[in-house]
Amino acid sequence: MMRRLFLVVWLMAGAAVPALAFQPPAAQSEYVPVKDLPPVDQLPAAPLLVAAYSFIWLAAMFYLWTIWRRLGKVETEMRALEQRRSHR
Amino acid sequence: MRKAFFPLLLVTSAMFAYAPVVIAHADYESTMGLVQKVMYFHAPSGMVMLISAVVCGVASALYLWKRDPAADRVAIAAAELTALFGLIVLVTGPLWARKAWGVWWVWEARLTMSFVGWLIAVGYLFVRKYGGPGSDKLAAGLAVFGTANVPFIYVSVNIWRTMHPMTTVVPTLQPGMRGAFWFSALTLFMLYGLLLAARVHLERQRTALDQLYLAEED
Amino acid sequence: MFVRTALLVLRKDFAIEVKSREILYTTLLFALSCVLVFSIAFVKEGEPLEDAAAGILWIAIEFAGTLALGRTFERERYGETLRALLLAPAPRAAIYVGKMLGIVVLLAVCELLLVPLVALLFRSRLFEEPVLLVALLLTGTVGFAVVGSLFAAMLVRARTRDVMLPILLYPMTVPLMIGGVRGTVALTQTPVDQPSAIMWIVLLLCMDAVFLILALWTFEPLMTE
Repeated sequence: MMRRLFLVVWLMAGAAVPALAFQPPAAQSEYVPVKDLPPVDQLPAAPLLVAAYSFIWLAAMFYLWTIWRRLGKVETEMRALEQRRSHR
Repeated sequence: MRKAFFPLLLVTSAMFAYAPVVIAHADYESTMGLVQKVMYFHAPSGMVMLISAVVCGVASALYLWKRDPAADRVAIAAAELTALFGLIVLVTGPLWARKAWGVWWVWEARLTMSFVGWLIAVGYLFVRKYGGPGSDKLAAGLAVFGTANVPFIYVSVNIWRTMHPMTTVVPTLQPGMRGAFWFSALTLFMLYGLLLAARVHLERQRTALDQLYLAEED
Repeated sequence: MFVRTALLVLRKDFAIEVKSREILYTTLLFALSCVLVFSIAFVKEGEPLEDAAAGILWIAIEFAGTLALGRTFERERYGETLRALLLAPAPRAAIYVGKMLGIVVLLAVCELLLVPLVALLFRSRLFEEPVLLVALLLTGTVGFAVVGSLFAAMLVRARTRDVMLPILLYPMTVPLMIGGVRGTVALTQTPVDQPSAIMWIVLLLCMDAVFLILALWTFEPLMTE
């Protein structure tokens, strides 16, 4: 079992090795912090930032709401079943 | 344990509401300016997505080999959350990219494989919902395959150097940005934990309901 | 025992297919229709778009392969022979390997026709390095068959199997398709980009190995009731 796992991991590493031969132009490897904003670009960034933040709130709240709704349904059914049993 | 849920949820919501303040005080990034601040949510969401995919894969493997029903409950919860946080990553990323790179999307290694990972998570949910009898094991098999994708997603951005920032960005964050990043990351990790717990609780209640129905029939 | 069982399953499928040739012909014709549809999208003023041939070839293989997988396992389900196979005192993994090899053979026959056709229709110089091309096609097709056979076998008893197979298979085979297409593009460059092609072949080989190990691991628990 462990041997097979090791083999899988080793093969996946092996898959990475030939790919290392390919290096398109470098991307950022570190962030450079700066205290003040540089001159403004064409696209306003604030709406994008606000949209991203709002989306996370909405997505998380929506998901929590679906759990709450499904839980409500299950608990209603459980209570109905319990009632039927107690009536017998 | 259950009693801690609502207080923790309140704390996490408060932290999440406070996060923009923390982020606003963080330093700007020299080349990208304000829009780079999406990273404080985008990167931790990506971490959560990958962690969730691994949780799902491990739980699925446990379910396949040990037939542990608790593992199956965790697997389906983790799959839903992989889909949720995957969606967050795939929406916040392009919002950042539109300003930083000039385009909404680029078909490069990390983006493509993240999209694939998200599709696999959604496929898992489809199998659970529409697969018919035996779909729990089918989905578990799919999850095991999908988890093999995860290390590739993480490492891809270091191997193929394209526009997406590399993984070295996070460990090398300077003090002006580090605090905000780990605060947001902590908030999202806590959110993940709470959502996972809630979803597993739902699944446990469903199992209990099924047991009740079975007992009724006897 | 393992190899013998696998080869027996392969021979069984081969014998059935040689008699009727149903799956082979339908798969081939479907692949041809795919190529036709793509020609409408990827040809501009009579000239094929650059590197379109590579993409068209691999997509046609993927679509036709999905169809072949569905049909092959549908045949097993219809004859209820899958249960008989699983009840046989043979290692389950060997049955899986046998079915997988059957799909590889079927797709290989399709590719024998498809590759020259695509080269011809889209004026693509696919045969500059025939050995590398065969290696690329082989590694890509085997990877596709490995994943596809497992998923198709898993879905045999599912209600919505026809639509679920593509939904599950396509995302999972994206890395294989990327490897295949990029490798083919490398082979159609002038001059041929050999290092790239070889890199993609090695990558595909590693992916095949990972998928095969995972499939052999999961076949047993997945097919047990």
